[in-house]
This record gives sequence, structure tokens and C-alpha cells, in this order.
Amino acid sequence: MALNRDFVGRTYPPGAPYEVSRVKIREFAAAIGDNNPLYRDSEAAQAAGYPDVIAPPTFPIVFSLQSGGEALVDPDLGLNLAMVVHGEQRFEYVRPVCAGDRLVMTATITDIRTAGRNELLTVRSDVTTVEGEPVCVTYNTIVERGGAG
Amino acid sequence: MTATVKYDEVEVGQEIPAVDYNVRRLDLVMYAGASGDFNQIHWNERFAKMVGLPDVIAHGMYTMAQAGRFVTDWVGDPGAIVDFGVRFSSMVVVPDDDQGATVRVSGVVEEKLEDKRVVVGLTARSGDARVLSKARAVVQLS
Repeated sequence: MALNRDFVGRTYPPGAPYEVSRVKIREFAAAIGDNNPLYRDSEAAQAAGYPDVIAPPTFPIVFSLQSGGEALVDPDLGLNLAMVVHGEQRFEYVRPVCAGDRLVMTATITDIRTAGRNELLTVRSDVTTVEGEPVCVTYNTIVERGGAG
Repeated sequence: MTATVKYDEVEVGQEIPAVDYNVRRLDLVMYAGASGDFNQIHWNERFAKMVGLPDVIAHGMYTMAQAGRFVTDWVGDPGAIVDFGVRFSSMVVVPDDDQGATVRVSGVVEEKLEDKRVVVGLTARSGDARVLSKARAVVQLS
């Protein structure tokens, strides 16, 4: 069934801050097979001008749906999670995510549309430090296969 | 933050040589744990087929991470990426064997912007399928 268009424009406030740890960055880098020393070695990262190890570009996917995730399981939206695949993803960075960051996300459902037999839903997530410093913006589009049929 | 690639030494149309990245079931299990995405289509063959997929498929984000790796290895500093976006255009089916699947990523410098930034267009293929489309990164060079 079609997704509920009333959800477009809804914004979800930040929950508890996400604390970026060196261990999680190392685990993520290992999972993607990336041996870059800036993900593992604090001294190398500091020599490159960062406060501590930085995270790979796609790392924000770990926390970016922390806010707004409840919308996707809201029965009023009508999303069948079993049929969901990832459609598009984009990251705009003010700076790389860094170990020690305490981040909060504000999520907004920016678009719901039909493409062929599928339903597409886009969530924008504005990521800042708890002090309000902008870090990155993520755009996540999911596809509900057959959702429009 | 220092890219090892210099803006003045890069030309529009310049190709970045292809790199092959392997993806096996183990990689998907590791990625599920690291990313928190435990969707069963990425590790459970029975479930994947039940929802109409040919077999277990890689997380789109795993593929995007390989494309990201391709760019960060080229530019030298992961912090040099200022914008990175992709569309997941076809699935990477990962068989249950020792070989898994291969994703071949290549790139081309599409545009030179102001402030020593360039647009890198990315291609990612698995077999005959183009697994990413509209894949581009804006990179800050030195």
C-alpha cells in the first residue's frame, strides 16, 4: 500500500547524544577492509591535523537514523520493512567525524514519492555536536519494493 | 587536513585507475555488526529468497564504503571528501562460497571547481551490472 504522505515535513528531535569512540571507528574500518592509519592511529591523525582518529566517510550511517528511526516503524506510515532496500545515500561534510565527538541528529522526512511500482522515502539528518557545531548532513532514501502496487 | 593530490596537477577527464574489492559473506556479517544494519537480506539466504531476492545481497552501504575507500586512497586524506552521494542501481549478489563477489570501482575527474575542489565521478560494477549510479564525490585538493 502507498505510504502516508502526511509524514512529509515531519521533524524528529535529537535523542541522547551519540558518542564516537576510537573502538567503534576501528571496528567499522575493519568491516569495510580499510587500513587507513587515520582511522586507527591517534598520533597519525594528530600529525594530519585532527584532534584524534577520524571516521571513514560513510561512518555516519551508524548513527544518522538514530533520530527519526521510530517514524519508519510507525504503523500510520504503512511501511513494510521486509520489502525495504536502500535507494540512495548522500553525505555533506563540514568536517570529518572524529573520535570524542558527541553528536546529535535532527531528522526530517523530506520526501515520499512513487517510482514505478516502488515507494521512495527520503530522510534528511542534520548532525551537530552537542555544542551545536555542524558536522555533516546525511540524506537517506529507502525503497519499499512493490509498495505502490 | 592535507590531500596528497594537488589541484594544479589534475585535469578534467583524468582517469583514476580501477581497483577490485572483494565481498564475501563474512564481510557482510562484519559490516552488519559494525553498522548496526541487521536486515536479514544481507546474511540469510532463506529470508532473502522469501522476499523475492535471488540470494543474499551486499548492503548498499558496504558498496558505497568501497567507493569511498577508492576516493580516500586516491586523495590521501579521508577528511578531504566534502560531499559524497550515490544511487544504488543494482544489487551485489554475494554467493555462499570462498570467492564471494567482486566490485570494481573506477573514477574520472569530471569537473574542477573553485577553492581547489574537484568532482570525481565514480563507476562501480559487479560482473555486468552497474551497482552504483549518480555516484560522485567532491574532494578538496591541495
